[in-house]
Amino acid sequence: MLLNATEVSIALNRLACQLIENHDDFSNTVLIGLQPRGIYLANRLKTLLQEKYGIENIKLGYLDITFYRDDFRRSDKPLEANKTKINFIVEDKKVVFIDDVLYTGRSIRAGLTAIQSFGRPLEIELLTLIDRRFSRHLPIQPDYRGRQVDAINDEKVKVYWKENDGEDAVYLVKN
Amino acid sequence: MELSVNHLLGIKYITEDDIQLIFNTADHFKEVINRPIKKVPSLRDITIANLFFENSTRTKLSFELAEKRLSADVINFSSSSSSVAKGETLIDTVNNILSMKVDMVVMRHPNPGAGIFLSKYVDASIVNAGDGAHEHPTQALLDAYSIREKLGDVAGKKVVIIGDILHSRVALSNIFALQKLGAEVQVCGPKTLIPKHIEKLGVGVETNLLKALAWCDVANMLRVQSERMDISYFPTTREYTQQFGLNRKILDSLDKEIVVMHPGPINRGVEMTSDVADSKQSIILEQVENGVAIRMAVIYLLASKIKHHED
Repeated sequence: MLLNATEVSIALNRLACQLIENHDDFSNTVLIGLQPRGIYLANRLKTLLQEKYGIENIKLGYLDITFYRDDFRRSDKPLEANKTKINFIVEDKKVVFIDDVLYTGRSIRAGLTAIQSFGRPLEIELLTLIDRRFSRHLPIQPDYRGRQVDAINDEKVKVYWKENDGEDAVYLVKN
Repeated sequence: MELSVNHLLGIKYITEDDIQLIFNTADHFKEVINRPIKKVPSLRDITIANLFFENSTRTKLSFELAEKRLSADVINFSSSSSSVAKGETLIDTVNNILSMKVDMVVMRHPNPGAGIFLSKYVDASIVNAGDGAHEHPTQALLDAYSIREKLGDVAGKKVVIIGDILHSRVALSNIFALQKLGAEVQVCGPKTLIPKHIEKLGVGVETNLLKALAWCDVANMLRVQSERMDISYFPTTREYTQQFGLNRKILDSLDKEIVVMHPGPINRGVEMTSDVADSKQSIILEQVENGVAIRMAVIYLLASKIKHHED
């Protein structure tokens, strides 16, 4: 186990506070949870910002990057899409991408292309709960990270959320 | 999940799971085509040839738009301006096009079974965009998808297909698709335009428009295909309209609001009057919008089965 429920909670609170430092009242900021696993983290942060820190009107969207991935037809299974739900224009907004684990950076690369369909953001930041060091294929780094982890390639980082998996925890799993 | 087939030749050859997968994928593409920028880069390394050996406007436009929204490279070909007139065979024509490194062929052809024939002899994914009076699978998919969107589900619904069943590939594909999804299907039209033994497909036959409408939840009005009629199948267009044309009065006389569909192009005043075609019960324009999403889904799912040749 990398993080238990208390440690996840501490990390979430710290990430929320760091977001407030940079984004003030979030009037010009939108949070984008990356499908499929980033949306749980995004929902948690939104709830935390609203309930604990009293920030109203947080705009949150879900972005699915399936059709923008660079491994179409390279995997054996066809890529299945998830719902994209962005009911606002990101033109001239500060965008914060939210995902659970940053690994190769390819998903984020796809997300950077995908978000262009919704306008030209003022800037894009990246928030991840887990940052896997030494595994990047692209020059992409997080602006906010919950925990940095050294994991080798045949290990997997699994993030569990109470609402979906029964507990808040992060595990390092050997394949 | 992936499709059980490598080509879309007809609804007859795919499963209910295939249809549901296409619908679920189309849901995502429908969201994509309603964005400010309606395009995704998924198929940027795929080249698609649209071969139309028979006239078409909306199907061709719809396919071409679907391909472009997926970022595929597209080449178009229509037989009027081609070497077919010079005596080239279908296989030669297609193989010549494929040697220019084309991955997928969307074909409309006047001969039933042309797509099936081609799929046996050439190395490309084939999508049937209508083969004679045989099948028009993407039309049936978008029709069923539009019913699902309007009524929530296709299973258990009663659908009547009205008009020229004999010359219609839309009718046959619709019957297969609707039945696979659990709907009940009836055909209605002049006896001369209903194929013999069609009840063997498990569809009801009705020659009285009012009875058919009273039975159904959805009425799919087909076009009278004058161009395919070698002999007279009914005395006059006026008489056809009086017996099988849909108008406001008939719709209002029913004790429920049925959904009215038409695959286009409409002969206004023949199959239905303008006030019906433009009414809120009609989902004709939704069908056209859904056509692009459905065709994107079909092409996307078929393309995901094409492997790079060097692999």
